[in-house]
Amino acid sequence: MSAASSGKLRRIVALMRKESYQLVRDPSSIAIGIVMPVMLVLLFGFGLSLDVKDVPLAVVLEDSSPEARELAAAFQLSGYFKPRLVPAMTDAQTLMLARDVDGIVRIRPDFSRHVAIGDAQVQLLVHGTDANTARIIEAYVQGAVNQWGSRRNAEGRPVASPPVTVRDRMWFNEANDSHYFLVPGLIVLIMTLIGAFLTSLVMAREWERGTFEAMFVTPVRSGEILIGKTAPYFVMGMMGLLLCIVSAKYLFDVPLRGSVLVLTGVSMLYLLVALGIGLLVSSVTKSQFIASQVALLVTFLPAMMLSGFMFDIHSMPTAIRAITYVLPARYYVALLQTLFLAGDVWSVIVPNAAVLAVMAVVLLLLSRAATSKRIA
Amino acid sequence: MPSAPAPIIGRDIDKSFRRQTGEVVRALSGVSLDARHGALTALVGPDGAGKTTLIRLIAGLMTPDAGKLEVVGIDVTADPQAVQDRIGYMPQKFGLYEDLSVQENLDLYADLHGIPAAERARRYPRLMEMTALGPFTARLAGRLSGGMKQKLGLACTLVRSPELLLLDEPTVGVDPLSRRELWDIILRLVHDEGLTVVLSTSYLDEAERCGHVVVLHAGQVLAQGAPAEVTAHAARRTFIATPPAGRSARSLQARLLDDPAVVDAVPQAGRVRFVRTSAADVDADGGVLAGAVVMKAEPRFEDGFMVLLRQAVEHRQIASMTLDPASAPRGDGVVVAVQNLVRQFGAFTAVDHIGFEVRRGEIFGLLGPNGAGKTTTFRMLCGLLPATGGTLRVAGADLRYAGAAARQRIGYVAQKFSLYGQLSVAENLDFFASAYGLRGKRKRDRIDWAMTQFELAALARLPSGQLPGGYKQRLAMAAALLHQPDILFLDEPTSGADPLARREFWRRITTLAEAGVTVVVTTHFMEEAEYCDRIVILDAGKVLAQGTPAEIRARGRADARRDPTMEDAFIAIVEEARAGAHATGAAA
Repeated sequence: MSAASSGKLRRIVALMRKESYQLVRDPSSIAIGIVMPVMLVLLFGFGLSLDVKDVPLAVVLEDSSPEARELAAAFQLSGYFKPRLVPAMTDAQTLMLARDVDGIVRIRPDFSRHVAIGDAQVQLLVHGTDANTARIIEAYVQGAVNQWGSRRNAEGRPVASPPVTVRDRMWFNEANDSHYFLVPGLIVLIMTLIGAFLTSLVMAREWERGTFEAMFVTPVRSGEILIGKTAPYFVMGMMGLLLCIVSAKYLFDVPLRGSVLVLTGVSMLYLLVALGIGLLVSSVTKSQFIASQVALLVTFLPAMMLSGFMFDIHSMPTAIRAITYVLPARYYVALLQTLFLAGDVWSVIVPNAAVLAVMAVVLLLLSRAATSKRIA
Repeated sequence: MPSAPAPIIGRDIDKSFRRQTGEVVRALSGVSLDARHGALTALVGPDGAGKTTLIRLIAGLMTPDAGKLEVVGIDVTADPQAVQDRIGYMPQKFGLYEDLSVQENLDLYADLHGIPAAERARRYPRLMEMTALGPFTARLAGRLSGGMKQKLGLACTLVRSPELLLLDEPTVGVDPLSRRELWDIILRLVHDEGLTVVLSTSYLDEAERCGHVVVLHAGQVLAQGAPAEVTAHAARRTFIATPPAGRSARSLQARLLDDPAVVDAVPQAGRVRFVRTSAADVDADGGVLAGAVVMKAEPRFEDGFMVLLRQAVEHRQIASMTLDPASAPRGDGVVVAVQNLVRQFGAFTAVDHIGFEVRRGEIFGLLGPNGAGKTTTFRMLCGLLPATGGTLRVAGADLRYAGAAARQRIGYVAQKFSLYGQLSVAENLDFFASAYGLRGKRKRDRIDWAMTQFELAALARLPSGQLPGGYKQRLAMAAALLHQPDILFLDEPTSGADPLARREFWRRITTLAEAGVTVVVTTHFMEEAEYCDRIVILDAGKVLAQGTPAEIRARGRADARRDPTMEDAFIAIVEEARAGAHATGAAA
């Protein structure tokens, strides 16, 4: 019995060693496993930001009253805008058409008179091609106008029927810094890349190169082949996680409010799910090209678009929202966002982690079943 | 082990596959076979006979549809793992891990088989000595030559002594030198170590060296027994004819093949070896053999095999071919001239100052082991690769710089099947005809000609990727002949083809040459050099020998016990040259 299990162990170790050599010596594995994660970190950290700042804005000042000038100054003083004062609406429209500005604020000639009687209005035109940005600009302008109103109130010369002051505060992301939610998303992408995309290639590669045929006719069991395949990529995935945590903390100053231990634990679960998908796809397709395409479509792209890291799941159409429930990335994103920004909230962690655990078991069992020592 | 179980007992094995197109192919039907303990058993048969399927069934990689198969005393269908724990298996293309070194590949297999360190220390040196891979243990497997890869594959299956060693076409695609080395290893294993080996081969001369042969054809066993029993089928029917002066052996061979009373005919050392359907004496005074001197000959395994094959397959005339009249311009003269041709890839010299001439209507053979520079030379001749130095003229021009008119005069069949696998046979021909600028009636005529001459009409609508091997070869050749080139380049055209397909191929080539088409061909089947008018032997980018087959063969007359074969001559020449290179290298 012990001889048999030591033989088993020796075979698994031999397969892991072989896999590690191949991993290190194959430039394409290095590219996907190391170069791409680093690129993603740099891209997400420095290139991509969903914050809207320095919005180019045309301010049409058709009224020369002190009230109007004061309002225009409010825009100029705000850090969110880069206003250009223009005398006429036509100038502003030209700028807008050339997309030199993203919005027009029009202060009409009778502005001060309306302020006096209490129904002052400011016209806002926003370039709507990017709906998200448009909505943000709208809110900013609203905020700037409100600020101007409340300052006047404070100075004791209220605008009749004072505008409702909206005091908003963003929970968990007080600074409204998009890094706060980009970095957890980054971890999902990198784990998916290494776990599913890279492993989707490795089983198929063995089938394509015919390396399995000779190996099958040895005492090796298919379960051992699977473990030998999984372990090195698991280690690589955990290295990717480390890279992300370190860069989150020291490069992007994103707080980690939950415990590192829990984060590592749930990441391991997700990595096992991703590995399961990769191995399953690879064993079934037996072709590197098809496997990589399938892996990209079923794991990487949904992880990016549908996991709730870029686009809010609640604002998706019902049908698409239903799809997100089968995506492991959805549960992992929920876990990551909670762990990074809120802390160890067990009511979130336990159900999401449980779903991932079930998925991992099912997928690994399936890929085990798909790897039989048979040809065709 | 006095009472060891029989290595293989197979009874009435059936196995079918479903092609992608949905049709069912019977790979094996009713196959029964036995292998002997401590002996070498060969599964012999042409491509598609079912050899690989049978070996995979024995290895437990597939399950038979019906029948009983016992391997080393275990029912392999019920417990494949138990069989796999005990046997060694080398697939046709041994899947070495190319980014692992020789040593790492060996260690992997030793670990998988659970070989303890002490056993390794004893076994590795022997394997290294046997395979001569000792100096290359640190080299990545991907950087080994074809022959060395095969030897490493064999070494990996021999990290321990298996109860049964299965080798699937161990020598396919391997040059004669490596082939002989591999056979030395296998025979030593059987004779010195008493290993039980079952191998498959389509080289018929290899079957002669085995203790037991199983002859397979189209999924059925044609014969089973000692090789001599197969050879006996050709007893008293085998003859050798010496053609009358002024007539080439090749043309006599072609005529004999067309004779329905002849089972098989091949050129051999300037004469023609042929096997008749009946044991009757040959009257040399009439018909094709007029003027020829005919003698009885000792039959070989191949002769017996061809008799069996002819009985199994309804006698089909090997297709001779008719060409359009005035297809090729006549006249003498040099069509291909190569002088001091050099090609370097970085620091590596693939072709090293070679020179030769080919005259119109000749069949010219480029022979050499893998990596000798044959394909590189070919690509330069066809203008696919620029030369580093030297001059070459094909049809009076350097094809690299010549216009379409000069290219129009050549046809090229690449080593790998390079037609569009997704297109049907008809679509491929149509495409190539258009690519060669044929249109209208002439295009239709040429496509009809190709369909008829190469017997492709029945398969016209099949995607060419799904054609059986021999038909792919035919289609490739048909496509290269559509525009009636007067020079035809063929790179390893018969590699992997079975004996029937190869005879068919050469029959067509003979017809082309007789019509004045110049044929330049590479091959590593040495006996095929007999079909050529002249050959050059290349090794390591250099020309080692050049001349008619008879002249080359004479250089192999090292031991006088029997007539040297082309292969003997080839090996002698290459070894002599390599020894010389060593000597100069040591002196320098």
